[in-house]
Amino acid sequence: MTDQLETAQHPERLKRVVIEPLTRVEGHGKVTLLLDDANHIKQARLHIVEFRGFEKFVQGRPYWELPVLVQRLCGICPVSHHLVAAKATDMLVGATQITPAAEKIRRLMHYGQTLQSHALHFFHLCSPDLLFGFDDEVRHRNIIGVIEDHPEIAKQGVLLRKYGQEVIRVTAGKRVHGTGAIPGGVNKSISTDERDYLLKDIDQIIAWSQGSVELIKRIFSDQFDYHMAFATIDSNMMSMIRNDGAFEIYHGGLRAKDPNGQTIFDHVDCNTYEQYLREGVKSWSYMKFPFIHSLGSENGWYRVGPLARVNNCDFFTTPLAEQARKAFRDAGQGRPVQASLAYHWARLIELLHCAEAIKDLLFDDDLLSDDLLVKGDMQARGIGVLEAPRGTLIHDYRINADGLVEKANLIVSTTNNNQAMNESIRQVANHYLDGKQLTEPLLNQIEVAIRAYDPCLSCATHALGKMPLEVQLLNSEGELVDRLQKRADGAIGIPADRENSG
Amino acid sequence: MSENKAFTLDAKPIEFQDGDTIMDAALRAGAYIPHLCHNPEFEPHGSCRVCVVGVNGRRVSACTQPATEGLEVENNSEAIKQERRALLQMLFVEGNHVCPGCEKSGACQLQAVAYYVGMLDPHFTHFFPRRLVDASHAEVAIDFNRCILCELCVRASCDVDKKNVFSISGRGIGSHLVINSPSGKLGDSDFSVNDKAAQVCPVGAILHKHTGYDRPIGERLYDRQPISVVGDVAEHEGKDHG
Repeated sequence: MTDQLETAQHPERLKRVVIEPLTRVEGHGKVTLLLDDANHIKQARLHIVEFRGFEKFVQGRPYWELPVLVQRLCGICPVSHHLVAAKATDMLVGATQITPAAEKIRRLMHYGQTLQSHALHFFHLCSPDLLFGFDDEVRHRNIIGVIEDHPEIAKQGVLLRKYGQEVIRVTAGKRVHGTGAIPGGVNKSISTDERDYLLKDIDQIIAWSQGSVELIKRIFSDQFDYHMAFATIDSNMMSMIRNDGAFEIYHGGLRAKDPNGQTIFDHVDCNTYEQYLREGVKSWSYMKFPFIHSLGSENGWYRVGPLARVNNCDFFTTPLAEQARKAFRDAGQGRPVQASLAYHWARLIELLHCAEAIKDLLFDDDLLSDDLLVKGDMQARGIGVLEAPRGTLIHDYRINADGLVEKANLIVSTTNNNQAMNESIRQVANHYLDGKQLTEPLLNQIEVAIRAYDPCLSCATHALGKMPLEVQLLNSEGELVDRLQKRADGAIGIPADRENSG
Repeated sequence: MSENKAFTLDAKPIEFQDGDTIMDAALRAGAYIPHLCHNPEFEPHGSCRVCVVGVNGRRVSACTQPATEGLEVENNSEAIKQERRALLQMLFVEGNHVCPGCEKSGACQLQAVAYYVGMLDPHFTHFFPRRLVDASHAEVAIDFNRCILCELCVRASCDVDKKNVFSISGRGIGSHLVINSPSGKLGDSDFSVNDKAAQVCPVGAILHKHTGYDRPIGERLYDRQPISVVGDVAEHEGKDHG
C-alpha cells in the first residue's frame, strides 16, 4: 500500500516538484511531489484545479432543460451527461418504461459516443506513450509522431472517431451537444437514408476496432511483466451489469467486486446508490473521494471504467468482443486484472463491442419507428445512472411542484477513480522515481499512470502534449534551486526569465 | 392614385398605401427589415430599435416611421448593419441569453436576427443579472432571464386578451416585466395558455412547459432558412412550439 505517501509529516522540510498542467488528458490537473534531499518521495498527490459548479447553477432551472444543459459539463463525452440526465428526467415525468425505439436510439447514440471517446483517448492521447515508449523524446512523443511513423494507425484513429461522431449526429442532431434525448424518450427516429449511411462503413469500423485490440495485445505482450506491474494497485471495482451478467453500459444494476474477484454487491438497483456509496472529502482536493459504504473510506475506494467493466462482466453479447474478453481474462490468472495499463486493453475491447453493437442495432427496424415518447405522472425525484466511457455516472435531481430543480447531485466517472489515480501515481513514484534525479521522461511516467484512467478532469480541453509545463526544484528551505520548462512548442529548456537574469 | 406611391429601400422601389409605415410597406413587398418588437397585429412600438434605417441622413425606426413619397431608405448598408449588431449585442448582455442551453435555440427570433445581421459575439461585458424562472402556472413558464422588454405580451394581453396580465415596471436599466396578480406569480393570474399573449414572445421568455427540445435539430424554425425568408416566430406559433 502507498497510503503513507498521501500526506508527508513535515512538508516544510521537503522540496516540491509540480507537474502542471497534466498533458494529454481531458481537462486541467496537476501532480505535486514532495521529496527529501535524497530525492526520496514523501508525498504524491493528484490535484484537480478546476471547479465546475453545475449542481449549483441548475438550481431553479426547468427540469426539461437538464439533458441539454448538463451535457455542457463535457466536450468529449457530453452524450453521457445528456443521456444520464434524460434517464433521470424519464423518472421525473413518470416514464417508467420508454418505448423500444427510444431506448434503441439512445443506445445507438451511446455506443457511438463511447466508440469515438475511446478512439480519441487511445489513438490521439495515449498511443504515443505506448508505441514509442514512455521515455521517447518529448517532441516526438505525440500524435504528430504517430502520424509520421504509423500513418495507417493514425488514420484509423481519426476515422474511428469520425464514425462515432457521425452516429451521434444522426441520433442527436449534432456531433457535439445535440438534443436527441428528451424526458420520456427521444425527439427523432432514424431515417432509412441515415441507417444506410451508417451501415456503409460499419464493417470497416469493426475490422479496424478488431485491429486495435490486436495492437494493444501485442504492445502489452511485448513487455508483459512490466505492463502488468506498472502503476498497478489492488482495488475494488464497480460497474453496471445486465440482469444476466452481460456487459452493459446503458441500463442495468450495479456490481462491485473486491480485488480477488469476490462479490461485494450485485444487481443493485441504481436508484438506491446512496445506500451503497458515500463521498468523502479531503482538504487538498476539489474532487470528492467516493467509497463503498459497507467497507468504509479506508478500504472501500474502487475503480470504474473499462477495466472494471470488462473484469466485472460475465460475458459480452457480441462475438468478437467476447473472444477478446476471454484473452483479457486469462491475463489475470484467476484474479481480476489489476494492471492500470490494462485499462487501455479493456478500453479497446469495449471499442470493438461498441462497433459490433452499432451494427446489430442498425439492422433493428425499431430505429425507424415514430413511437418515441411516453409520459406519466410527475415525480419529485429522478435518478439516472449509466456507464460513461470513463465509468459509472450518476445524476440525481429533485424538483419542486412547479418543475424547477431544487437540488442536484452529480457523481461523475472520474470522481469515482479519484483515490485510485492517487494510488497509482504513488505506486509509480515509489517504484520508478524514488531516489532518482527527476527528468522529463521520469515525470512522464506519472502522467502515463494518470492517462491510463482517461480522466476527464474538467471536461474541456485537449492538450496533445503541447501545453507549457514548468518544473521547479526547491530545497528544504523552500528556496528555488532549479527550474525546467517545456514550452508550448514542445521545446524543453531554461525559462526565459532565468536566461535573461544570467 | 395612392396605390402608385413609392419610396426606395436600398434603391429598390417599394409601393405603399396611405397610413403605412416603412416596415408595413416593406414587409408587404417581401423586403425584410430586421425587427423584434414589431408584430403587424399590434400597434407599432419602436422600442427595440433593431429596425433602425437611414432616411435622408437620419436614423429612424422603420416600424414607426410613416412611409412618404420619395423617401430614400437605407436598410442593408454596412453602417446600418453595424448599428443593429451593436443594439443586439446590448440586448444579449443585458439579459442572460445562453443559446447553447436554451430550448428556443434554432427557433428564437433574437438569435435568428443576430445571425442575420452577422453578430458573431456579444462584444460588451455581460451584466449577468440575477433573475428567476416563474413556473407557477400549470402550462406556461416565464424565464425572465430572456425577456427583451419588447412588450408584445403586454400588448397582446391588453389589446387582444383584455386581461392586462403583463406590464413593465421600473425605469431605464431597472425596467422589468411584472405579472398582474396578488403574488406577482403567473400561476395566480388569470393567464391562460390559449391567450394571445402566450403566442407572441419572440424569444425564450414565455415557454410552454414540459415540451422543450421536442423538435429535433435540423427541423427547427430557422435551421434551414434565415429569418428573412421564414418570417417571425409569432407567425408560426400555434402551428408548433419548436
